[in-house]
Amino acid sequence: MLNYIIKRAVLTVVVLFIVSFITFSLIHILPGDPAAAMLGDQATMEEIEALRHELWLDRPFFVQYGHWLSNALQGDFGKSIMYRVPVSEIIAERLPVTLYLSFLSLILSTFIGIGAGIICAIRRGSLIDQIVSVVANAGVAVPIFWLGLLGIYVFGFTLEWLPLQGWTSPFDDFLKSSKQALMPVICLSVTGSSIITRQTRSSLLEVIRQDYIRTAWAKGMGEPRVVFKHALKNALIPVVTLVGLQLRVLVGGAVLTETVFNIPGMGRLLVDGALAKDFLIVQAGVLLIAVMVSLANLITDISHGWLDPRIRYD
Amino acid sequence: MVPILEVKNLRTQYKTESGLVKAVDGVSYYINEQEIVGVVGESGCGKSVTQLSVMRLINSPGEIVGGEILFEGQNLLQFKANGPEMRRIRGAKISMVFQEPMTSLNPVLTIGQQLIEILEVHLGMSRKNARQRVIEMLDLVGIPGASSRIDDYPHNFSGGMRQRVMIAMALLCNPKLIIADEPTTALDVTTQAQLFELMKSMVERFKSSLVIVTHNLGIVARYAHRIYIMYAGRIVEEGSCKEIFRNPRHPYTIGLLKSVPRLDDQEGKRLVPIEGMPPDLIQMPSTCAFLPRCSYSIEQCRVEPWPELRKVEGTKHYVRCYLKTEAWEQCRSHSATT
Repeated sequence: MLNYIIKRAVLTVVVLFIVSFITFSLIHILPGDPAAAMLGDQATMEEIEALRHELWLDRPFFVQYGHWLSNALQGDFGKSIMYRVPVSEIIAERLPVTLYLSFLSLILSTFIGIGAGIICAIRRGSLIDQIVSVVANAGVAVPIFWLGLLGIYVFGFTLEWLPLQGWTSPFDDFLKSSKQALMPVICLSVTGSSIITRQTRSSLLEVIRQDYIRTAWAKGMGEPRVVFKHALKNALIPVVTLVGLQLRVLVGGAVLTETVFNIPGMGRLLVDGALAKDFLIVQAGVLLIAVMVSLANLITDISHGWLDPRIRYD
Repeated sequence: MVPILEVKNLRTQYKTESGLVKAVDGVSYYINEQEIVGVVGESGCGKSVTQLSVMRLINSPGEIVGGEILFEGQNLLQFKANGPEMRRIRGAKISMVFQEPMTSLNPVLTIGQQLIEILEVHLGMSRKNARQRVIEMLDLVGIPGASSRIDDYPHNFSGGMRQRVMIAMALLCNPKLIIADEPTTALDVTTQAQLFELMKSMVERFKSSLVIVTHNLGIVARYAHRIYIMYAGRIVEEGSCKEIFRNPRHPYTIGLLKSVPRLDDQEGKRLVPIEGMPPDLIQMPSTCAFLPRCSYSIEQCRVEPWPELRKVEGTKHYVRCYLKTEAWEQCRSHSATT
C-alpha cells in the first residue's frame, strides 16, 4: 500500500509540473502583448515597457517560466494590476471562502448521495425509490445559476427567510454566515448529490446480484452485514471516482454560485481577473485549482487502493 | 434411518416476460445422515435451483410456490427467506459450496474477514479464537502457510485454492449437510479429483451429509452412495449408485451413460449423443418431457400423462417411465451394439 501511495504521489508531482507549464504558457498563447492588454488603451509606451520589465516579459520564455515557477513555489505570484496588492494576499483572503463552501457541499452531497443511493437500492421499486430517482434525475439536469436565482427569489425575496446574497466569515458571525451560506451550499450540492445517488444506486444493485453476495447470504449473514460489509465496499469503488470528479465540478460551480450570490471567493476572483485582463491573478488561480484537483485525484486513487486490494498490485 | 433432509413436492417458478418457467416442478427427495448423494442432470434441469430453494436463496423473479422442505423436523418454507430462523440454519447447519470459485468470494475482503465472521455470528466466538479456528480449518483443507494466507485476498489464490477456502468455509460450523453445487466445474481435472477426495474425507471426519450437484457422471459414480437423475425440473430416476450404473431404467439415464466415454470401450466405438434439445420449461407437455427425444417410447407414453416416480419391484430403484423390464433389457443391449 505504501509503495502504491508513493507511486501515485510522484505521478501527481509530475502532473502538477506539466500543469504549471501550461498555465504559464497561457499568457503567451493569447494574441498581443500581455503588458499592453493588462494596462488597457490609455497606457503610454513607457508604462508598458516598465510593466514588461517588471513581469520579466523582456526575457527569454524559459527564463520567465523558471522565474515565475520559483516565485510561485515560494507563494509569490506577483502584484495584481487590478487591486495593486500582491496576488498571494488576495488569494489568502478568497481561497478559504471557496474552500469552505466547496468542502461543505462536498460532504453534504456525498452523505446525501450515498445514503439515498443505498435506500433506493435496497428498497428497489418502492415508492421512495421512485420519488428519489425522479428528484435525482431532475437534479442532474437543473442548471446551477437558475437554481440560485430561483432560490434567491423564493427564499430571499418572497418568503424573506434567508438573506438575498452576500458573505460573512463564520468566525465573525456564525449564524449570519450560515444563513448566507445555506443557499450557495445547497446549489453547489444539488448536481453532486444527484449524480452520486444515481451511481450508488446502480452500482449497489449491480453488486447485490454478484455471486459473492449470494455466498454472504448462504453463510447466514443478516441484511445489514450483507449490505454494509459485503456489498457497499464493492459498490463504492465507482462512487469514489465520482466524488473525486465532483471537486472539479465544484470549482466550475463556484464561479457561477459566487457570481449569483455575490460571494468574494476564488470563482468570482477568476471571473473578475479574466474580465480585467489581470493575467497574474488568472495564472495563480488556475494553478491553485489545478493543485487542488490533482490532490483530489491523489486522494481518490489512494481511496481506490484502500477499497480494492486488486488495484494495489497493478 | 431418519433422513436429515426431506424435500416433498417442491415447486419453484420464475416469472419471465415470455411466461412462467417451472424450473422445479414437484421434486421430492431425501438425504440420510452421513450420506453422499449425487444429483445429476444437464444444464437447466433444475438441479441447482432445487438446492438454492432448500437454502431459501431464490431471488426475484423466482419464487417457491409449493412443497415442503423438512430439516430437523421443521418445514423451512414456513420461515421468511432472510429471517432469523433461516439465518441460523444457513452456514451453520446447512452450508453450500458454489460453482464459481472465482466469483463466489468477495474480492475486497480478506479470506480471514470472510471466514471469521461465520464463527462470530453463529457460534459467538471472540475474534481471536475464531481466527485460530479458521487457521486450523484452512490448514485442514490443505492450504499451505494458513496462518499467513488468512490475511490474503481471494485474488492471491488460484481457483483450486479458492475452492478449498470455500470448503473450509462450509465446514467451519460443523454443518449437518453440505450442498456442493457443481463445485469443480470451473477447475481442471486433477484439481477436481483432489477436491472431491478432500470433500469426501472431510464429510466423513465431520460426520456430515453431502449433496453433490453435477453433470459429471464419473464424479457421482466414484463418490455418491445414492443418485437422483433430474430432467426438465423433475426427478426421473432414483437408486443406489450401483443400481443406476448397472441397471439404468430411464431412457434418459441410459442415454446419459451412453454419451460418456469409457476406458474399456472398444477402439473406434463412437459415443452416442442424446438427440434433440431439452424441453421448453414454459410450455411443458402433460406427457413425458423426454418423449420427443426418446427412442424407446411406446403408445402409452404418447397418450397418458407423465407417470409418477414408482418403485421397480424387488429393488430400491425408482423410475418415472412406462417401459417394462423387458424393454429396459432391450434398450440397454441396444446400447451395447451401437
